Parts: sequence; C-alpha cells; structure tokens
Amino acid sequence: MIPSIFQYEFMILAFIAGIVTAIVAPTMGVFLVIRRYSFMADTLAHVSLAGVTVGFLTGTQPILSAMAVSAITAIWVEELRRKRRVLGDSALSMFLSGGLALAAVLLSASRGLNVNLHSVLFGSIATVNRLDVWIILSLGVAIFLAIVCLYKELSCIAFDEELAETGGVQTRLINHIFVILTAITVSVSMRIVGILLIGALMVIPVTAAMQLSRSFRGTLWIAIALSLLSVIAGLFIAYYVGFSSGGTIVLLSMALFFLANLCKKFVGSP
Amino acid sequence: MSATNAIEVQDVCLSLGGHTILDAVSFAIPQGSYVGIVGPNGGGKTTLLRIILGLLRPTHGRVAVFGESPFAARRRGNIGYVPQRIAQADIPFPISVEEIVWSGRTPAIGVGNRRSPHDRKFVEEVMDRAKVGHLRHRLVGNLSGGERQRVFIARSLAADPSLLILDEPTTGVDIAAKEEFYALLKTLNADLGLTILFVSHDIEVMTSEVAFVLALNQRLICHCESHKFLSEDTVERLYGKAMQSHPLHLHL
Repeated sequence: MIPSIFQYEFMILAFIAGIVTAIVAPTMGVFLVIRRYSFMADTLAHVSLAGVTVGFLTGTQPILSAMAVSAITAIWVEELRRKRRVLGDSALSMFLSGGLALAAVLLSASRGLNVNLHSVLFGSIATVNRLDVWIILSLGVAIFLAIVCLYKELSCIAFDEELAETGGVQTRLINHIFVILTAITVSVSMRIVGILLIGALMVIPVTAAMQLSRSFRGTLWIAIALSLLSVIAGLFIAYYVGFSSGGTIVLLSMALFFLANLCKKFVGSP
Repeated sequence: MSATNAIEVQDVCLSLGGHTILDAVSFAIPQGSYVGIVGPNGGGKTTLLRIILGLLRPTHGRVAVFGESPFAARRRGNIGYVPQRIAQADIPFPISVEEIVWSGRTPAIGVGNRRSPHDRKFVEEVMDRAKVGHLRHRLVGNLSGGERQRVFIARSLAADPSLLILDEPTTGVDIAAKEEFYALLKTLNADLGLTILFVSHDIEVMTSEVAFVLALNQRLICHCESHKFLSEDTVERLYGKAMQSHPLHLHL
C-alpha cells in the first residue's frame, strides 16, 4: 500500500526537492558555520528574492535567475572581505538590505504580475513542478560532487585560512568556488523552505550536530541526518495539517537543536 | 652541500601609513640552520615573518625562499608555519587532532585526489615524532596548551616542509611542556635537517636553544652566533639603556 500522500505527483516532487535540499544545505552550512560566515546564507537568500523578481519580469526560470544574481553577489562580498575594504559582517548586512530593497522596487514596478510572494518567502510544497525538480536535482548533484572533490581544501581553509594559504592551498580560487556553491545551494533550497528560512536550514542542523560530535566529519554526517529528519517529518506535517512547509521544517530543526543541547548537558560534552 | 640558502632577505623595507616598520633589513640563512629572531614589541619581528611567508609584500627589497619567491616556495609545500597564540586560540567547533594534522597534508595530496598509503604512512610518522598519536581522536579544543602546540607542529610537518617558521611558539605553554617542545625542535633540526626560524621575546631561550640570533628593531641590530649575542653592546642597542637596570624583566 502506498500512503495516500504519495498518490499526488506534487508530493513526490516535493519530497525529491526536499531530500536534495536536506542534504546540500547543511553540507555547505558546516563550512559556513565554522568560518563564522553563517550570515552569508541569509544575505544570498534575500538577494535571491531580487533574482526571483527579475526572473518573473523577464520570463526566466526563477531558480536560475536567483542563482545568477546571488552568485554575482557572493563573489562581490568575498572580494570585499578578502581586500578588507569592508568588515565581513557589515558587507553581508549591506547586501542583505540592498537585495531586499531591489526586490521591493522591482515588485512595485511590476504590479501587474501575479507573484505568489508568500510561497517564495516561506516555501511551498504545492508549487513545485517537474522542471523545478529537474533543476534542483541536477544542481544538487553538482554541488555534492564539487564538495566531494574539494572536501580537503574546503575544510583546510575552514579550520584556518592563513595556515591553508601558507601551506600552499589556492585559497582565493577555492573561496570563490565555495561562495558560488553557497549561492547555488540557496537557490536550490528556495522552493521548499522559502527565502526567509534558508539560512536556518543551513545553520541549525549544523549547530545541533556540533553539540554531539567529536570530529568535523562527524559533525557533517550528524547535521545531514538531522536535516533529513526535519525535512521529511516537516513535509508530512505540512501535507496532513496544512502548515507552511518551510516554517514546519525550521521549527522541527530547532526542536532537534534543543534536544541535542539537552543530551550534551545530561550526557556530558563529547 | 647545497649552495642555496633557505632564506635570503635583501634590503627589505616596509612602511605602513607613513611609519617605518622595517628598514633596510638584509640577511641570509643557510639550509639546516636553527635561527631565532629577537627584539622588542613593535620591532617588526612578526612583520618580517609575514614577508618571508609571502603574506605581506615589502615596500622595497627582495625575499627568496630556497631561491624562489615565497609564493612559489609555499606552493611547493616547502614552508611549515606555526602562528602566534595558536596554543591559546579558541577553537569553538568540534575537530579531532587527526583531522587537524591531516589538514596540513592537503596541498601534498592534491585537489581531487584521495589519501595514498604513502600519505598515511607519512602522517603516522609525523604524529609519532610530535608525540600526538595517542591524542588522535581527542577534540583539539580540549587539549592543554603544550599538547596543542605539538599538534600544530605535527600539522606543519605533514606537508614535509624544508623550512619551519614559528611565531612566539611557547606563549601559553607551561615550563615542562616548553622544555619538551624545544627538545622536539632540536631533534627536527638535527635529524631531519629542517631549517628552523622562530620569533621569541625570551632572550634566555634564544641564548640557550638556537645557534644563531637575528636581533631586530626596525633595523637588523646583529646577526650573530647566540653565545656572542649577550655582549652588552647588542642588548643595549636592541632594547635601549632602560633594560640594563632590570635585566630580569626582559619580557618585551
């Protein structure tokens, strides 16, 4: 017997997109968190809203236009950080507001467009179509393969960037690839968790895993497991109760974080 | 045997915002030497290390590491580096000793490649040498200053460098661990022929441990054998007269 939830094509599509998101978001997130760059995900997500609006205005796939706009922003922020012209967090904060402002202007200019803002902001399972899923699946596989190839370099830079550089790692090139992968992850996650909640899915499972893990690699695997749990349970609840998928998923991952924290308190730190 | 020096610094000057940090510094360090840089705070010790590492470009002058630019030497994995305060730095994320040491092997393995049996053997040897093998599954954040110092030495050795650069390596390390640490440096220098250059404000360590001393206070005050360094003239020129009345408080 197939549960009734899987009799609808849109739910199968939502699950595929959700599982891809649940794997890639914390995988990129673990590098962001230990580099204290967590805010990068939120900034790129807000900029993505401008990208989505551009997509609606020009008739391009919103995921692809969001990806292009956030990748350009990501490189820009990274160069500002590297040249130390602007402090890292103020660059992020500036682009976050700038992206939102651009989206607001573009949305007001396109009054005639029927954009379902709520589903873009908070995620929606009902609006995922086949083309979206193909795009999400192929980008997700590309991100995963890139991380497998660059795992050593990415983690070496994340542990200590200056040590990586003096040791001979090509930090500038790898950092550019890293921020572009982050931008792609944000656009992949957009459909299911929504723009305002992407940052949470990249950060919360990782923070929860850090309470339990005894190594960097362990953190990565635990984070992926917690995120899969939140996304799959979240999609079921969203379907049966009718809650927003993004909101439910993020609340579940918060609950897992508190559980992990309790475990650490009672069982002792690893 | 080789005619190449490990480090050649020629007429290096650096000014930042109108202030002179380094003024016409020149010296050469032959391969296999054990050299310490000493000098007052703000005398340009760390700045000089950063120039040799290629993290800073001098305003004027030339630096060669094994006859190449610092960038080329870095790419080859020729330089091992242990930065300042690493023994005390806050490491707020879970990472095991083994993972830190392997991260030093990253450039030697190469992008997209997996660890070969040779890599595994080499990293094991390095961990044994630095006596951190028994700590491999521990979280680095939970180690003592001395243990952590040895972990970062192992990390820097994992790339099989020919030159080891250390900045104030024993800050935050207790006396027993300090002695063990200097003994380790001595064997690395003697057994592996590793060229070692380290910065310290500790004059006692300079005279008892290293073979040569570079005394730096914007300019190079002397480049001499360590036992000659304590001649009053050098210390006075380095720190100024005030130090002579408080010779035991040389923590500059």
